[in-house]
Amino acid sequence: MAELAAAGTGGHHGAHGGDGRRDFLRLITASGAVIGVGAIAWPLIDSMNPSKDVLALSSVETDLTPIELGSGITVVWRGKPIFVRHRTEKEIKEAEDVQMSQLIEPQPDSERVKAGHAQWIVLIGICTHLGCVPLGNKPTDPRGEWGGWFCPCHGSQYDTSGRVRHGPAPLNLYIPPYAFESNTKIKIG
Amino acid sequence: MAGLHKSDIKNPVLNWIDTRMPVFTMMEKEYGSFPTPKNFNYFWNFGALAMVTLAIMIVTGIFLAMNYTPNTEMAFDSVQRIMRDVNYGWLIRYVHQNGASMFFIVVYVHIFRGLYYGSYKAPRELLWIIGVALLLAMMATAFMGYVLPWGQMSYWGATVITNLFSAIPLVGTDIVQWLWGGFSVSNPTLNRFFSLHYLMPFVIVGLVFLHVVALHITGSNNPLGIDVKSPQDTLPFHPYYTVKDSVGLCVFLAIFAAIVFFAPNMLGDPNNFIPANPLQTPADIVPEWYFLPFYAILRSVPNKLGGVAMMFGSIAVLFVLPWLDTSRVRSARFRPIYRPLVFVLVAAVVVLGMVGAHRPEGIWVVLGRVATTYYFLHFLVILPALGILEKPLPLPESISNPVLPRRGGGGGPLPGGVPAAPMEKP
Repeated sequence: MAELAAAGTGGHHGAHGGDGRRDFLRLITASGAVIGVGAIAWPLIDSMNPSKDVLALSSVETDLTPIELGSGITVVWRGKPIFVRHRTEKEIKEAEDVQMSQLIEPQPDSERVKAGHAQWIVLIGICTHLGCVPLGNKPTDPRGEWGGWFCPCHGSQYDTSGRVRHGPAPLNLYIPPYAFESNTKIKIG
Repeated sequence: MAGLHKSDIKNPVLNWIDTRMPVFTMMEKEYGSFPTPKNFNYFWNFGALAMVTLAIMIVTGIFLAMNYTPNTEMAFDSVQRIMRDVNYGWLIRYVHQNGASMFFIVVYVHIFRGLYYGSYKAPRELLWIIGVALLLAMMATAFMGYVLPWGQMSYWGATVITNLFSAIPLVGTDIVQWLWGGFSVSNPTLNRFFSLHYLMPFVIVGLVFLHVVALHITGSNNPLGIDVKSPQDTLPFHPYYTVKDSVGLCVFLAIFAAIVFFAPNMLGDPNNFIPANPLQTPADIVPEWYFLPFYAILRSVPNKLGGVAMMFGSIAVLFVLPWLDTSRVRSARFRPIYRPLVFVLVAAVVVLGMVGAHRPEGIWVVLGRVATTYYFLHFLVILPALGILEKPLPLPESISNPVLPRRGGGGGPLPGGVPAAPMEKP
C-alpha cells in the first residue's frame, strides 16, 4: 500500500507523508459530507416538531362559579383536557394529611394548589402512564380507592391532590401554568 | 464487466430486450428452473401468500387514498363516505381492513414455520433478520393505518402507543411531541401518519426484495432441515411450487373472501364506529388482535419503562435468535425436547393474546406474568441450554432418502452403500 502510494505520487515525497495527506483529505471530505447531510436532514426533522401556530401560547379563562362542591369540569387547553375540581373539606384534609412516605412521587398538597385556594385543584387530565384521560370529575365516576381519579386504561389511581397512589403511572398528574384572576375565575396558560 | 447478454429466448422481441437487460433470463433462473427442495409441506406456502396479501393491500390502499381526507375534521366522515357513497368503496375498504388481519395471520404462521423448522439457523441468519425487520415495518404500517379512520379506538390507540416513547428517560417528552407535531395526538399527527402509512408499504416491498435475494442465495430450508445434497433433492420451482402455492392461495383467498363478505367487522372494535373524542377515553383500550400479545407483555410489567422495554425486547430477541439457539439441528422433527417447547411457546403467545384482550385484573395479571416469563425464558435460557443438553435424533442422509419408496420393509434411512436412485418413475 505504501509502495503503491509512493509510486503513484512519483516517489518524490516519502511514502509516509503522502499517506498522511491522503488521509487528511479523506477525513475532510467525509466530515464535509456528514455535515452536509446533517444540514439537509435537520430542516426535515425539525419540520415535524410543533409548528408556530401550535406553539402560539393560547390561554383559556375559566369561570369557577358553576362548579359544584365535590365535582370537577374539563376544559381544553392546547388540545389537552384540564381538570378543575372543587374539593370538599374532607377531600382537602385527606390530601393534606397523607404521609410523604406513602407517596410514589412525594409532594405535599400545598405545593399543588395556590395559597388560599385549597378548595380548587387544577390538573392536566392526562394519565402519566400512557396518556389516557382518567375518570373521576363527576361524583358518580369511579374515583379509585383514594377518591381522586381512576384511569380506565391500565388501572392507575390518583388521590384528591392528583398524586399517583397506585401504578403503573410513575408520576403525579401535571399542573398547568395558571393564575387566579379573581376568586371565581382562573386563567390557564 | 459490461457486455451484452447471450439470451436463449426464442421470441425475437423478448430476445432483443433480454440481450440488453436480461430480466427474462433472471425470472427464468429465479422463478422458473430455480432448484427448490422437493419435500416442502404446505407451511412453505405462506411466504407466497404474504406477497400476494402485500399486493392486495397496496392496490386497495391506493384506491382508498383517492377518497380519504387526512384531516381531523373530515377523516371520520370521509371513511363513512367511502363505505356508503363511493362505488364499491365498502368492498375496497373491507378488503383493506381485513387484509391487515390476514397479512398478520399469514406472517405469524410464516414465523412459526421458521421457528419450528429452524429456518433462522446458519446460513439463513441474515434472511431471518430481514424478516424480523419486515415484521417491525408491518407493525408500524398497521398501527398508523388503524389511526386513519379517526374513530375512538384510532385516537386512543395512537395516544397510548405514541406515549410509549415518553418512557425514554430525559428526552421522552420531546420525542413524543416531535412525533405528534403538537401537545397531543392532533391534526399534524394524522397528516404525518397518512403520509408514512402510504410510504411504508414501499419500504416493505424493498425489504421483501432483499428477503427474496437472501433466500435465493442460501436456498430454501425444508421440513427435514438438512441441506440439499444433490440435484435429486430438488424440483424446479415452476411448475411444481407455482402449482403448490396456487392451491394454498385458493384456500387462503376463499377464507379471506368469506370474512370480507360475511363477517367484515368480526375482528374490528365497536368503539371505532364512534368519532374520536380527545376528552373521553373509552372504558377499555384494546389494540387490534395482532398486537394483543405485545400489549399484554407491556401491561404485565408494573413499571412504565420496564414494560416498554420488555415489549420492544420481545421483538428484539428475535433479531438475535440465530445466535441464541445453539443447536445445529434445524428441524424440530429431530429435536425431542425442542419440539414440544415450540408448542409451549405458541401457547404462551396465545395466552398473552387473551390476556391483552382483558382488563389487567385477577387471574389475567397472573397469567400475563407467567406467559411473559416463559416467552423470555424460552429464548434467553432454554434455547441456549438445549443445544448442549438435548440429544437430537439421527438425521436422514439426504432429502431423497425418506421420500423415495422404502426398500426392505424396515424403513429408515438407506444404508450408505446403496446408490440413490435417479428420478425414475415408480
